[in-house]
Amino acid sequence: MSEIKIHLEHVTRVEGHGNIVFNARNGAIEQVQWQVSEAPRFFESFVRGRPYHQLSHITSRICGICSIGHALASLKATEAAFGVTISDQTRILRRLAMHAENLQSHILHVGYLVAPDLLGVGSVFPLIQSHPDAVRTVVRLHRLGNEMSDLLCGRTTHPIALVPGGFSAIPSARSLAEMRQKLVDAVPDAASVGQLVLDNAGALPDFTRETEHIALVATDEYAMYDGLIGSTDTGRHPVADYESIVNEFVVRYSTAKFTQHHRNSYMVGALARFNLNSHLLRPLARQWAERFGLQAVCHNPFMNNVAQLVEFLHSLEESVLLIDELLGKGLNPAEAPAKVRAKAGRGIGAVEVPRGLLIHDYTYDDDGLCAKANCVIPTNQNHHNINRDLAAFAPTLLQKPEAEIALNLEMLVRAYDPCISCSTHFLAVRFVQ
Amino acid sequence: MKPRVAFFDFASCEGCQLQVANLEETLLDVLALVDVVSFREVMKEHSDDYDIALVEGSIARRMDEERLQEIRKRAKVLIAFGACAHLGGVQRLGNHWSPEENKRIVYDGADPRDIGDGNPFFEQPRHRAVDEVVPVDAFIPGCPVNRDEFARVLVALLTGNKPPIPEYPVCVECKKKENVCLFTVGKVCMGPVTRAGCGAACPTFGNECEACRGYISHPQEQAQADVLVKYGLTPDEILSRKTLFTSRYLEGGRTA
Repeated sequence: MSEIKIHLEHVTRVEGHGNIVFNARNGAIEQVQWQVSEAPRFFESFVRGRPYHQLSHITSRICGICSIGHALASLKATEAAFGVTISDQTRILRRLAMHAENLQSHILHVGYLVAPDLLGVGSVFPLIQSHPDAVRTVVRLHRLGNEMSDLLCGRTTHPIALVPGGFSAIPSARSLAEMRQKLVDAVPDAASVGQLVLDNAGALPDFTRETEHIALVATDEYAMYDGLIGSTDTGRHPVADYESIVNEFVVRYSTAKFTQHHRNSYMVGALARFNLNSHLLRPLARQWAERFGLQAVCHNPFMNNVAQLVEFLHSLEESVLLIDELLGKGLNPAEAPAKVRAKAGRGIGAVEVPRGLLIHDYTYDDDGLCAKANCVIPTNQNHHNINRDLAAFAPTLLQKPEAEIALNLEMLVRAYDPCISCSTHFLAVRFVQ
Repeated sequence: MKPRVAFFDFASCEGCQLQVANLEETLLDVLALVDVVSFREVMKEHSDDYDIALVEGSIARRMDEERLQEIRKRAKVLIAFGACAHLGGVQRLGNHWSPEENKRIVYDGADPRDIGDGNPFFEQPRHRAVDEVVPVDAFIPGCPVNRDEFARVLVALLTGNKPPIPEYPVCVECKKKENVCLFTVGKVCMGPVTRAGCGAACPTFGNECEACRGYISHPQEQAQADVLVKYGLTPDEILSRKTLFTSRYLEGGRTA
């Protein structure tokens, strides 16, 4: 009788605490389980009673890596509740801030967390010796994303300048022009990281499982800041209908909220965005997608890493164009935020953060104090899909040595770039076969 | 042998560990001085043999307390890293309600037996600072930590010096930057009682200080009261309006 038992407690090189449990006996899988053991922090409970102007500062603390996206989803929800209209300039600056975060987050994941798998080491640290130039290139690109966040938001993590109605401080035209040049100069660095991943792309498992992909969609741009909710299965839906899309539910044998739409699970993130919006990518990004043979609709979750790289190039190109638009129209560095008058009401804000669709939904009372909040986190939407993938992927690994099975399972979870601190709910699905 | 450093995280957004990566090129210099032997967020390898433990996050459940006590046993020096470890973080606001109430709001519709105390993942979560559970040798304040301050504290510890954490308020740094005082434009700022070291980041970008770095050890309470009176405010008012990070002091005890 052959028995394989793998328990990877606290999977490494992902954000937050999650475990993988895998048990097989005589060539049959008895259990494969992705657990999240992160301590719940109860954001939706403790924001009750807080004044509206604190909400984005509190909820940006849900996630250190996508704090800009959380702040913007939060501000959009608050502004929608009060009927606030933002200026064109604010909208462009906010879109730039989202691209800054996309750059920072994607290069962190591909360069620091995934590259070690492709190069057969345990972390980025040994690569400092073996691949010094590549590491320095990744560091430079990561610094660029952070400098851009600093410039727009006043701080790399937990943005300061993003406030209801607009910006409390606006970068100068000169500093934006300097940033534009740095973005243009970064293209060769980005291409060299692309080449490194391409040269080692054979290490990404060839695994396909058809699923539904969900992301924001817009007609005129690769949607990040605004859009309708798009599905590869069911088309377009207004953001106001999000509850009937994400369908958070609790199953009898688990304490987790799952999400489920047209099929039993769905995927969000860079690959979902690519699958729904690839025709709106900028030319360089499209070129790199072609080099990797990445085509919509792709159902290999490991290609999410490649989609992130493609989006990195897109964010570089798009940011240059956005700065051109801003400076071309004449930047007003003294523009005050739009007037905000609190009133009772409900508002929903949806954005695409690096890991996928993020929704904040707030209800305020007459005094602008939060009465009710709901935050739908990308990683929570992916947990169920990760489990479905694990259940389909694990049987293909049974002939491999135990260490290799473990590595492959970890790589699958890592491909989703899960952000477990974000996911405020505990998840324990059991697949006993 | 180089000192062995390990990073650990509890309830947090992991944004403080991210500031380590955000040191960018300086990180490569730091790595020449220490061996990082455990850092789950970025490396697969792990060792239980370390000298310095940097702990991010607040401590919520019994399983977290037990894990922290193990870390304390192994570490020669334990540093509370960031506002969650230092003060309990924004999530400490949740302590205002019972764990049962928090769970009812967040896990609406769940079977109470599944999220009850019988499940260790859900056992009575109450967020506390690290030094409320085990002794702490040093702290690095901030939400998030200031990455340059982190590098300075690490170098101080490696050279046997006292960590250079400022003992003066944010106002000092704000004045140096020649910012307009936010009280004069009708805002309520925690700068007068909050520990400096952030370069007055929030006031510089037009936002009130939220005291994420905690209070200074010996605030000039009378001077602070004078400022508040001048602008028609009372200390109670400022405390009730600005409690994002400082619930710890309201819950009692103003250590660290």
